[in-house]
Amino acid sequence: MRLEYFQMVDRIAELDPVARIVRADCQVPEASPVFEGHFPGHPLLPGVLMIETMAQTGGWLVLAVLRFQRMPFLAKVKEAKLRAFVVPGQALQAEARLLHDGSGYAVVAGSISSGGRKVADAEITYRVVPFPNETLRTQMLETARRIAVPEAFLHG
Amino acid sequence: MSPTFETVAGIISETCDIPREKIMLDSHAINDLGIDSLDFLDVAFAIDKSFGIKMPLEQWTQEVNEGKVSSDQYFVMKDLCANIDKLVAAKAA
Repeated sequence: MRLEYFQMVDRIAELDPVARIVRADCQVPEASPVFEGHFPGHPLLPGVLMIETMAQTGGWLVLAVLRFQRMPFLAKVKEAKLRAFVVPGQALQAEARLLHDGSGYAVVAGSISSGGRKVADAEITYRVVPFPNETLRTQMLETARRIAVPEAFLHG
Repeated sequence: MSPTFETVAGIISETCDIPREKIMLDSHAINDLGIDSLDFLDVAFAIDKSFGIKMPLEQWTQEVNEGKVSSDQYFVMKDLCANIDKLVAAKAA
């Protein structure tokens, strides 16, 4: 994870668009400017970044299901539960299941675990729209390759 | 009232916190009931789940935006329910 760049997912460990599930590895860095303020003397991964991690993980699933023809944008977070503190250096496993692929929207159930223990979960809704420009689509494809989204899911 | 209307009105009432008695057959979901686009995503999700369909919201919105049809055709309750019934019938066929 590179928190200050909002790069929350390090590697896609499993992605199955048919079963509509994705699992991702996310390593919380030992140091980040984020921890200087959150909190001084007691560094914790901010809850909003845990939600962002679930949103990005589910977003990669939606992108793969749609073969990167459309872009999911976060629209709603429902019943987010931040069950445990997450500290610098902690290894996280994020997971998302696609609950519904609607017309212009998608809904996933996201969660984060660490050491076999669930630390966060939420239901996340995205607006799914055409890419606003080719720059973003190209960047998303580059990032997808960097985090090991299987090449077969990058094209229609 | 049709079962479809009762179900959809219940979904809208619960999802958007609108008193059930204010939702009529001739109510326009957006203009009369004030459902915004984000709340309508919740309504659509609940309708899709409840009826086992995928409402073609993008197509409907595009047709309205292009002036091909009035928004009444898709977003007045009685017309919305008729369209849901058509989608359910098409799925069963």
